Amino acid sequence: MIITTLEYVPGKTITKHLGLVQGSTVRAKHVGKDILAGIKNVFGGELKAYTELLQESREEAIERMKQQAQATGANAILNIRFSTSSISQGASEIFTYGTAVVLD
Amino acid sequence: MEAYLEIIILFVLLALGYIFGQSREKSHYRSIIKRESQLRSIPVIASKILPDEFLPCQTQLVTGNVVISVDYFKKFVAGLRSIVGGRIASYESLIDRARREAVLRMKQEARKLNADYVFNIKMETSSISKGREDSIGSVEVLAYGTAVVIEKENTPASEPAKEDAAGINFRTA
Repeated sequence: MIITTLEYVPGKTITKHLGLVQGSTVRAKHVGKDILAGIKNVFGGELKAYTELLQESREEAIERMKQQAQATGANAILNIRFSTSSISQGASEIFTYGTAVVLD
Repeated sequence: MEAYLEIIILFVLLALGYIFGQSREKSHYRSIIKRESQLRSIPVIASKILPDEFLPCQTQLVTGNVVISVDYFKKFVAGLRSIVGGRIASYESLIDRARREAVLRMKQEARKLNADYVFNIKMETSSISKGREDSIGSVEVLAYGTAVVIEKENTPASEPAKEDAAGINFRTA
């Protein structure tokens, strides 16, 4: 499965467009990490727990998008975009979408 | 008496925020500048279309993300600034650090793949707090792009020529 932010894959031709595929996930860290993040707010610096949270959510979202693409029989997803939003404090939503295509 | 206590707590928090926040920001900038010069050999390009000379090549998605917290001092200064309006320099540096860090992490991932370039970079910025009071103030940046690994068939594995000219040496094959 080729996943790319480009609109095409160099050296390959698109034989079939299968439309939009998407994946999203909402995740949260446990409350202890939220409290630690609150303390960090006084001192500044990187919130490693939240960086990790974002990374896990991103991987999960990509995985879901991939599954959807595989279900439609695609072998590549082109022009993908990520979008983040927050539903409530300490939770993060990552949404990813792209165009599923068949390359030869 | 209680009013005094509150003022003392405010000053302690401000002092802690100032001392730790500033030192962290300085050391973070030092590390950013150092790693940026190490990774300068992988140019990041916002273009969507690869030059024909790059063919044949492999492409792969690379991403980098970071969440950076505000400190008490920055928050206080920004609160004061929003009374009169104008540039909030304390937040500008925060966001600058977060963006540069995210791009660096993306580049580090690209380096692991032995990529030559990163094309079509996009960035996504959001905040966990969304400006609410009493919530955790932080900025999160996600940078992503397509790493391009040029297949070197007729050139030797090590390419010393690529490192010079501050890394912006476009191959004219």
